[in-house]
Amino acid sequence: MSGGADRRPAKVLVTKIGLDGHDRGSRIVAASLRDAGMEIVYTPPWQEIPTVVKLAVEEDVDVVGISSLASDHLLVPGLVAALRRAGAEDVAVVVGGIVPHEDEAALLAAGVAEVFHPGRPLADIVATIDRLSAGRRTAAARHGGASHG
Amino acid sequence: MDSPRPAGPADAFQTAETCWQKEYDARLGAARPVRNRSGIEVKALYTPRDWDGARYLDALGFPGQPPNTRGIYPTMHRGRAWTQRQLIGLGSPEDYNQRLHEILAAGGTAVQLVPCNSVFRGLDADQVDPVLLGTCGVVVNTVEDMEACLRGVPLEGVSVSLNDPSPFTLLAMLLALARRRGVARAAITGTSNQSDYISHFVANHMFFRLSLPGARRILADHVAFATRAVPGWNPVSVVGQHMQQAGATPAQTMAFTLSTAIQYAEDCIVRGLAPDAFLPRMTFFFDISISFFEEVAKFRAGRRLWSRITRERLGACDPRSWRFKFHGQTSGVDLTRQQPLNNVARATVQAMAGIFGGLQSLHTDAYDEAFGTPTAEAARVAVSTQNILREEAHLTDVIDPLGGSYYVERLTDQMEEEIGRTMAQVEAAGGMYAAVESGLVQKLIGESALAFQLQVESGEQTVVGVNAYPVQEASGPRLGQPRPDPTAIDTQLARLRAFKTARSGAAVTTALDALAAAAQDPGQNVFERVVGAAEAGATHGEIVAVLRREMGSGEPLVAV
Repeated sequence: MSGGADRRPAKVLVTKIGLDGHDRGSRIVAASLRDAGMEIVYTPPWQEIPTVVKLAVEEDVDVVGISSLASDHLLVPGLVAALRRAGAEDVAVVVGGIVPHEDEAALLAAGVAEVFHPGRPLADIVATIDRLSAGRRTAAARHGGASHG
Repeated sequence: MDSPRPAGPADAFQTAETCWQKEYDARLGAARPVRNRSGIEVKALYTPRDWDGARYLDALGFPGQPPNTRGIYPTMHRGRAWTQRQLIGLGSPEDYNQRLHEILAAGGTAVQLVPCNSVFRGLDADQVDPVLLGTCGVVVNTVEDMEACLRGVPLEGVSVSLNDPSPFTLLAMLLALARRRGVARAAITGTSNQSDYISHFVANHMFFRLSLPGARRILADHVAFATRAVPGWNPVSVVGQHMQQAGATPAQTMAFTLSTAIQYAEDCIVRGLAPDAFLPRMTFFFDISISFFEEVAKFRAGRRLWSRITRERLGACDPRSWRFKFHGQTSGVDLTRQQPLNNVARATVQAMAGIFGGLQSLHTDAYDEAFGTPTAEAARVAVSTQNILREEAHLTDVIDPLGGSYYVERLTDQMEEEIGRTMAQVEAAGGMYAAVESGLVQKLIGESALAFQLQVESGEQTVVGVNAYPVQEASGPRLGQPRPDPTAIDTQLARLRAFKTARSGAAVTTALDALAAAAQDPGQNVFERVVGAAEAGATHGEIVAVLRREMGSGEPLVAV
């Protein structure tokens, strides 16, 4: 699942922002990504946006995955904007969990790369994250800039 | 009394059984084994060989008699049907109050209050992003908010269930409201629902609010206060629901819940309370999954285990202390966003499992709860589902109607064994508190969650509308998450500001200082000071902030 020979494995930050503490979904997704060979940075829930941005930049992740159950997806456009301001516009942001269909278009318009609704197979989530991170991982390999350890 | 041996000549039974087995094997012998969610292999057929009627008195007894397997009261649902507790948690206190009156008019018999997630975090409304306020519960920060929630509802005679983790500010607000209305504390009845901090740390990561040791201290103080001052109140509700929702199997859930209950009971005993002083008011709260017979057996086994634990380990002598009283909620995890009306069928089956499992109180999920807080129509259907089960379906005619089924009795025994295995693991880790601190419980839950998800994805576990019988989603209702009117949130914030301006600042400071002092002094009761602070006009966020300062916030206990 790590792509071509010139790519390093994807590095993914799996986290939750907002007020909700349920993390069954994010733990399952994190474990599946890990089992597929990706490098996972996992945080407990209730992260603040500036903390997530700092972590994403410091850890040089390719993808930030936000798990949302209780309307926390409403904060994601703010996260995307904050990542851009921090110069991390090439980091893909994906959202999984309970997102009302009427909010999906707004999230995509705000720059979210993908919304994973309930029922989306784990293998599909893994493949999508692999694809979304492919360009960044290739570039990193080409420039020898991968800072993960 | 049934004979432990099959009736009739043993060789005739043997011949018939062998014949059946041969015919079965010829048709399905190579079929893969069937396992329930707890991992127990379920046979195709159960016979008198699987359950020995000679054990009747020891293993089952009569309802209301140890070991209470068949029910904790002699009359069970014939004497009194379960209490109907529907989840209500709408954004503003006014919205909540309107829905509460609708639910009561529709047949609801008790009050259930779910606070906003900001309250769970220990924050006031003015401390969080307004866009998230009231999306998953009602914003209750002050006695005024509680007053608005319960306007027109008598505090005497109506049981009030508050989803109220430590330090129990919602009960404090309720008691402050009772004082305003001139209602005696002794007349207040209800439950500090979800007062189980361990389940919150395990499944919802309540580390931000208070430290684990702080929450442990305050729960014991809460029990001591309620036992003395609010005798009609159930201060402890041990919550298996969170853990099953987070992925624990039904057997693991019962094991963690009983281990937690033992931890709390022993903490209270260490604090100086007699077992029979508080055990009669200890309650439990469970998820009811759609694995029907497994859930029935889970509850029957849990009841039997608790009866033995209270008598043999905790030394309780009062039969009321042996009773395993529980509230059940149909499982939201089994609900699907796809084809949401199918969830009515799911909630019905789940509710029946809880009813046959002998519950005292029931919440049926609304069909749209996979999206968010229920809409009015979905909430009405959920209430009606209970009314139909209670009053139309003749489910309450017979006590423990599945008792005596070879399958159910054998499965109850097996669930008891499985629960015992996990309890032994927890015990070996030093008890529930230590097992949570070390991350053992979180690890076991995480493994079960992933295993179940992989079963769904492989098709081993069917979920209608998800991995079988799909329809184009566009043809079904597309439900959104109801959100509070922004003006309601503005009003709420304005009310909080006005409340803070109008109160006596000196009284609040004095009360919060007393709270801080109590937190530092093991000889004082912290919860008593929480009540004092609420009565003096302190807000929820202010009370939690003082305790967080004095007792620390916790560390996340996450295991991936």
